[in-house]
Amino acid sequence: MALVLTEEQQLLRDTATQFFQERAPIANLRKLRDTKDADGFDRAVWKEMADLGFAGILTSEKYGGTDFGPVGLGLVLEQSGRTLAASPLVSTVLVCGSAVQLAGSATQRQDILSAIAAGEIIMALALEEGAHHNPTHITTKAVAEGNAFRITGSKTFVLDGHVADKLIVAARTSGDVNAKSGITLFIIDAKAKGVTITRTLMVDNRNAANITFDNVSVAPDAVLGSVDGGSDVIEQVLDIARIGLAAEMLGSIQEVFDTTVVYLKERKQFGVPIGSFQALKHRIADLFAEIELCRSVVLDALSALEARRNDVPLIASLAKARLSDTARRMTNEGLQMRGGMGMTDQFDIGLFMKRARVAAATFGDANFHRDRYATLEGF
Amino acid sequence: MEQLEKFRQDTREWLEANCPPTMRTPMASEDDTVWGGRKATYKNPEAKLWLDRMASRGWTVPTWPKAYGGGGLTKDENQILQSELRRIKARSPLSSFGIWMLGPALLEYASEEQKQKFLPPIVRGEIRWCQGYSEPGAGSDLAGLQTKAEDKGDHYLVNGQKIWTSYADKADWIFCLVRTDSTKKHDGISFLLFDMDSPGVEARPISMISGASPFCETFFTDVKVPKSHLVGELNKGWTIAKRLLQHERDMISGMGLGSGVGSSASLESLAKDYFGESNGKVASAALREHIVQQKMDGKAFALTLQRTTEEAKAGQGMGAASSIFKYYGTELNKRRYELMLEIMGTQGLGWTGEGFTDQEIGVTRSWLRSKGNSIEGGTSEVQLNVVAKRVLNLPD
Repeated sequence: MALVLTEEQQLLRDTATQFFQERAPIANLRKLRDTKDADGFDRAVWKEMADLGFAGILTSEKYGGTDFGPVGLGLVLEQSGRTLAASPLVSTVLVCGSAVQLAGSATQRQDILSAIAAGEIIMALALEEGAHHNPTHITTKAVAEGNAFRITGSKTFVLDGHVADKLIVAARTSGDVNAKSGITLFIIDAKAKGVTITRTLMVDNRNAANITFDNVSVAPDAVLGSVDGGSDVIEQVLDIARIGLAAEMLGSIQEVFDTTVVYLKERKQFGVPIGSFQALKHRIADLFAEIELCRSVVLDALSALEARRNDVPLIASLAKARLSDTARRMTNEGLQMRGGMGMTDQFDIGLFMKRARVAAATFGDANFHRDRYATLEGF
Repeated sequence: MEQLEKFRQDTREWLEANCPPTMRTPMASEDDTVWGGRKATYKNPEAKLWLDRMASRGWTVPTWPKAYGGGGLTKDENQILQSELRRIKARSPLSSFGIWMLGPALLEYASEEQKQKFLPPIVRGEIRWCQGYSEPGAGSDLAGLQTKAEDKGDHYLVNGQKIWTSYADKADWIFCLVRTDSTKKHDGISFLLFDMDSPGVEARPISMISGASPFCETFFTDVKVPKSHLVGELNKGWTIAKRLLQHERDMISGMGLGSGVGSSASLESLAKDYFGESNGKVASAALREHIVQQKMDGKAFALTLQRTTEEAKAGQGMGAASSIFKYYGTELNKRRYELMLEIMGTQGLGWTGEGFTDQEIGVTRSWLRSKGNSIEGGTSEVQLNVVAKRVLNLPD
């Protein structure tokens, strides 16, 4: 188990740290928000990320990727979490890129992976159908017509669905609405006839979409993986995304922690820094302990992916649950310790709090993953 | 590499030939632990044999220098020895505060003469030590201690009282913090060693909530201590005391936690036994939620211990993470016992006699004992203060 970074990984982390601080600071997020940017992220910054190799980090060199692997991607995501950098990294690279890598045909890989690595295409996974993550509850139907299909149904919380060029849609080809088998993945063009995309602006100022499919015609070669066998791919892809999101949350948590400690030393009341009060010292020291645990869990989860260990599902749930809980606690405490100023938009703590909640709800919240952990452990 | 392989081979052969069969079985109860000392009794003679054989090679303390009776092993060799011991499930030959706490401090601070005199009997398990730190008026504020040692020319005269002295009634010698200058606080403390058989020493066991009496009140009335038994400089004992506390915390957060009854039991199997199951799940959804949280906390903590070990091996030093071990480990252990008690219901609330299994009674006693984990060796509150001050640099 590699819980310690190699020199190459440390170098990548330093590059990422510098990049996000200089090119995608929190001021960028505020600007996108205040100008009501239609994309919700900066395409120029995304292009730079691709040029640095971040978009191709999971892609082999054969398709123009840098192949730094999951630990490398985790380091980049952690640093992006420190500045709340909005980008299609999760939707396009972690989720859709991984799905194509895992299940794609030779042609699909050739067409899509190199485009993702180059930052030329944005993709989104149309999976969820309700307010709670439930990856096997699929009512959207794909009806066979010869070798082709027609898709009808509606999806919600499709991350980056409003800017996606292509969608990966999870639709039911057999079985009842909650069956694990009978789900098929399709790659379809976002502009295909019958696809209606409605942007949903989330509390973290990032975007998702509600998407309806009205008898959308799909060619046979649009199937990703096998017919009825989409669930296994979805599970693997989701675990990659969950671990990636945990890495991003780790960065956000660490940033809020660091700035909170600074605030405790600077802010004076009763003539002394508030950080001299034991009531606050004990709470922040306890958070320090919690974050050390979070870091161990995230590093182990990333190395589990890298080594293709068979406990990836278990450790993914451990990471997603723990980091979601700690992100909530850290942002709540960070706000409380800043007093009234924490309630103002001028301070960044509110932005971190909002992002923490959306990241927590994405691909299963802490409750979902505690339940899954227990089930995987056989109780 | 070749040399290490040879070392492994030789070690394996020696252990095969010298570790008695009963020493390769798990300990059945607390009194199987070998503490050594002048008053030691061995209910199993093989335990004494195992101790003597290991001590003859210095392997009760594999990494101490050979000059003081230790094994003189390198880190790599010691790792091999430990893995070979685990391979045959060998019991620890000797448990000892001399090994865990005093020895490392003596190696660092004592004179050559003191090392020669005190270390070899620790290695051989001949002298059992106890620790004279806390006093009725000096708990978390340890440096406020008042036990006095007066300079009487050729000796010190010790008067005062210690408390929470672990196994003082069974120990042969004590390492003791005493006040040698009452005008200063930290800089008026010295580190003394003396025989518990000295006239004027009295140890009285304290009955604890668990029903056991591992701790004592220890009284000193005009105890004469030769001046040669002062370790380090006069009034510089606090430096030694602090270093020793680090060893104590490591001990409590590491091996100390794994020793209670039921500490390795599976919570979910226990819950299925006591509550039943439906569709493979623990029948109570609320209890299942508590169990999974406990398991996830435990896993995250284990990964953190592992990460710190790996960082140290990679030469990145003991990271800041190690400062949380005592705090987090002990709180986690307390939560675990609370949960076990909840799982067992009224079967976990028996005190003695009929109607309860040994395991049930054992868990109940260990639950009570676990409450002390976050008090002894620096309370959780003191640990948090240490993190706030030393790691986060928050102002006083």
